[in-house]
Amino acid sequence: MATIIFYILGFTALIATGLCITRRNPVHAVVYLVNALFALALIFYLLGAPLVAAWEVIIYAGAVMVLFLFIIMMLELAPNPVDEAAGPGWMRWGPVLLLGLVLVACTVLLILVDGQSGEGVPTYYASPQDFGYALFSRYALAVQVVSFQLFFAAVGAFYVGKPPKRRRKEQA
Amino acid sequence: MIVPMSHILAFSAVMFFMGLACTLAQRNLIMILIGVEIMLNAVGLTLVGASALWQQVDGQIFVIFLMAMTSAEVSISLAMVVYLRRRKGTLDADAFDEMRG
Repeated sequence: MATIIFYILGFTALIATGLCITRRNPVHAVVYLVNALFALALIFYLLGAPLVAAWEVIIYAGAVMVLFLFIIMMLELAPNPVDEAAGPGWMRWGPVLLLGLVLVACTVLLILVDGQSGEGVPTYYASPQDFGYALFSRYALAVQVVSFQLFFAAVGAFYVGKPPKRRRKEQA
Repeated sequence: MIVPMSHILAFSAVMFFMGLACTLAQRNLIMILIGVEIMLNAVGLTLVGASALWQQVDGQIFVIFLMAMTSAEVSISLAMVVYLRRRKGTLDADAFDEMRG
């Protein structure tokens, strides 16, 4: 059962990615990418990584993609309305509906399978406890380095994103 | 393993090259960043698959580091996008060719 779900999710992710990379409108691309990331998160769960699956949804689909949407909205990258009106409605909504339905069906199937039998349980399963123990004991130094990296990224983003007026005043 | 490792590798390779194609073919800076995201996710899938193959948790931990790196990369690069847009008023990658690359 888990094998079949893996292949369904794999093709869903590939189709969503294929639709994502061919869009001209960045907003559509981001929404398709969120679809692909959900499928990928379910695949991570199937491969025995529940914590990574949760973080895939929270960090990638939640935070990073919303950041993309914020930037797109902030820059007002409104596409030409004439381009977007082309094609009937089902051509725009069909792929999204299909992908969304497949993802929801796979999630429901996974919940049902996990609750009833051990068939869907992979041979390797890293519980959040094992995961956290390994992360904060063996990789404690790497966690520190990554926290520094995130701090530098925040500083860098703040510096690059400073309003230009203030920068000109400082130079003068 | 629920599926052979070769299938996971094939899947993530296809996804990686989709991201690469997006990065190379699209001219919009935001779409280029989305292509980079797709590539990083494909690499993450390979890491989780390797973690399941060798029955060790290290692969999954590297995915977490990959996510942290991606967050840093996205925050900086989106700030750069805002900056470039402010400078030139466009997001076309061809507009930023002063270095004759």
